[in-house]
Amino acid sequence: MTESVLRTGAEKRRFSIDMRALSPFIALLVLVIAGALINPDFLTTSNLLNVVTRSAFIAIIAVGATFVIAGGGLDLSVGSMAALTAGVMILTLNNLGGGDLGTLAIGMLVAIALSATCGLANGLIVTFGRIEPFIVTLGTMGIFRSLVIWLAAGGTITMRNFDLREMYRPVYFGSIFGIPIPIIAFLVVAAIGALILYRTSFGRHVVALGSNEDVARYSGVPIWRVRTLTYIIQGICVGIAVLVYVPRLGSATPTTGLLWELQAITAVVIGGTALRGGIGRVWGTVVGAVILELVANIMVLSNFVSEFLVGAVQGAIIIIAMLVQRSVHRGR
Amino acid sequence: MDSVLRAESISKSFGPIEVLSGISLDLKPGEVHAVIGENGAGKSTLMRILSGHLPPTKGTLHLNGQPVTFSGPVDAESQGIVLVHQEILLAPDLTVAQNLFLGREIRRFGFVDDAAMRERTRAILQELGTKIDPDREVRRLSIADRQLVQIARALLVPHKVVAFDEPTAVLTPIEAESLFEIIRKLRAQGVAVLYISHRLNEVKAIADRVTVLRDGRHIATRDIEGLEPLEMARLMVGRDMSKLYPEKPETASDQALLSVRDMAVLGFVENASFTLHRGEILGFGGLIGAGRTELFESIVGLRPGHGTITLDGKQVHFRDAREAMAAGIVYLSEDRKGKGLLLQQNLRVNLSLAALEKFTRGSFIDGGAEEQALDKAIKDFDIRTRRRDLLAGQLSGGNQQKLLLAKMMLVEPRIVIIDEPTRGVDIGTKEQIYRFIASLAAEGRAVVVISSEMQELIGLCHRVVVMRNGRVAGEVAQADLSEDSIVYLATGVHEERAAEIAAGTA
Repeated sequence: MTESVLRTGAEKRRFSIDMRALSPFIALLVLVIAGALINPDFLTTSNLLNVVTRSAFIAIIAVGATFVIAGGGLDLSVGSMAALTAGVMILTLNNLGGGDLGTLAIGMLVAIALSATCGLANGLIVTFGRIEPFIVTLGTMGIFRSLVIWLAAGGTITMRNFDLREMYRPVYFGSIFGIPIPIIAFLVVAAIGALILYRTSFGRHVVALGSNEDVARYSGVPIWRVRTLTYIIQGICVGIAVLVYVPRLGSATPTTGLLWELQAITAVVIGGTALRGGIGRVWGTVVGAVILELVANIMVLSNFVSEFLVGAVQGAIIIIAMLVQRSVHRGR
Repeated sequence: MDSVLRAESISKSFGPIEVLSGISLDLKPGEVHAVIGENGAGKSTLMRILSGHLPPTKGTLHLNGQPVTFSGPVDAESQGIVLVHQEILLAPDLTVAQNLFLGREIRRFGFVDDAAMRERTRAILQELGTKIDPDREVRRLSIADRQLVQIARALLVPHKVVAFDEPTAVLTPIEAESLFEIIRKLRAQGVAVLYISHRLNEVKAIADRVTVLRDGRHIATRDIEGLEPLEMARLMVGRDMSKLYPEKPETASDQALLSVRDMAVLGFVENASFTLHRGEILGFGGLIGAGRTELFESIVGLRPGHGTITLDGKQVHFRDAREAMAAGIVYLSEDRKGKGLLLQQNLRVNLSLAALEKFTRGSFIDGGAEEQALDKAIKDFDIRTRRRDLLAGQLSGGNQQKLLLAKMMLVEPRIVIIDEPTRGVDIGTKEQIYRFIASLAAEGRAVVVISSEMQELIGLCHRVVVMRNGRVAGEVAQADLSEDSIVYLATGVHEERAAEIAAGTA
């Protein structure tokens, strides 16, 4: 009997899974058409490159979030973690004082090491403390945020060495073969992310863990290690995003990275990754991040809605995306 | 006497698959009507149609002679047809009285009237012949008491037909007897009782008439007079039962492979000791909840416990299933859907999960090797699937079990522990699984079969260890294997005695 019940759903389910993978791309297409209709300046190369470049931070962070969420976890601390990492990186550069490549390299290493450590902390507390990831990362979100406010003494942390700023600038503003470096960075991160998630045993273990923790455990998957590693990957992705972010403004403030967690999780959900875990879509996530920035861009170019309401629109998008996922799920 | 509920050539299809075809059944007031059949025969589907959970595809239902269609279980309930579910569907943190009235609270001035509900609850429970405290939280009740609460909840509404779905699956013989007492009371009140079970002795003891289903078809409806359990079994299975089990391989040796001494799992197992030999099939019998699953889960590191485990003469301790697998021990959970397979993933992902390191080249998974392994598994284990890209959850219970076996065999274990190998599996697949288990032993591996089906233990195993209340109650050697010897150890009561109790003659 069980077999037959499931059989009827088979064709429909196959269809809806395809829909799940395709829907972010369809949404992207619709948005591009809408943008072109609203403002002729929208469909210019410079505007589109600009949009994608601006989406790079969120996209990179969201690739990490794809791992955490596909593995059945959640990380709310990414925005604060980015601010803290940016702040510490700039302070390190300022303290080293040099204007050479070596100084920059040390600063970058410090940034990655710090963000990876933050991720490790999240992962260890979630795994060994057996606390809901929502609560753990809500706590660390507050901790990271107030640390950066404390380090900045409530003000701004700015890169002081002018030579260093000039040397570092191209990482955000430069381009190779006409493609802005941030876009290259996020494509590389996404490609590596996809390779790890889809082609390695670790990636398979992440999906198994997110699908059903018990099955993973009974199948001999080292669930503690896998879960902790997803948070470390998230941390490293935050670090990479910071490396691209810092040359943009050359400073970190208490509001750096505000609501990035909302945007990153939204990008992941739009991309078709299941918030309950078990399905991870790296390329969908990337498209999701671009969609978010496209919406903001269209709001700026059109005059329908005040651009100050971008956050509200993005908040609405994640809710709508969840409703769509739910209806797709029910349709099975 | 006129029937209270009558089903006329009911059919039910899910898509192209017909799971019930042309079933007719009539229920008279004041009779206990048993529906028996193998797993997958369509008992539950029929039950769900009669109680309004599913609409029939074809055929009609008649209530008191009038054609009737139910819009849902609530509608059926309001017309006096109630179903006592097999699973316990109660909120554990609420009290007995709160559970009884959940969703239909008695209110006064807009507030719940606890005093009135408590009184009603006490009255109903007394009627059922039990003294459960209405203010007790359900989590603190025994399984048997929970089931009584569930029955009380079902009987709260005015009822003409009460359907029980495998009610004794979790009960001891004594507890089952008090349930039968309740059923007899209902019958005396003129209520029609529909009783679904595959325990034939029980059916013999309680039923007035028996309807047999097989593969979704109506095989027979007989009066219980002159219908013996053996004949019921023949009707259910449709052939001689004795060929179900393969020859026991003559590879059982005296060489100890795994020996467990004084294993304890807090709250479940105390002082369990046994030895597993090379090439043997060792059965573990006992009632549900006797601690068999917990014992083996703790041996393979899935659950904390302590004791001395000796493998190949060396003392070992496994911290997780990974370490146990590395030592050549696999455990196949009884909870296939919850702990065995990733239902939302495809067959390939499921197959390779436990032995993924065998499918990696460098750092990457070799998809081609996985596909080959899947081809081989589908062939070797006769996994019947219409398409290779199906999700594991779309397979039938039997094919899921074969997939789980294939998955765990990729680990190349020396010791295979199978918990309830044929639960939810149709009879044809059962035979295949039994033959496969026998072949494992014939290859010199050691197999542990944990089962609540006594026939299975007797037909398949060289020796059977029986547990009762978390302790090893004893061991039955091959020559002495019989239902009676197992039941005696599992319950402390001889089967004739249990049957006497069940028949109400004791």
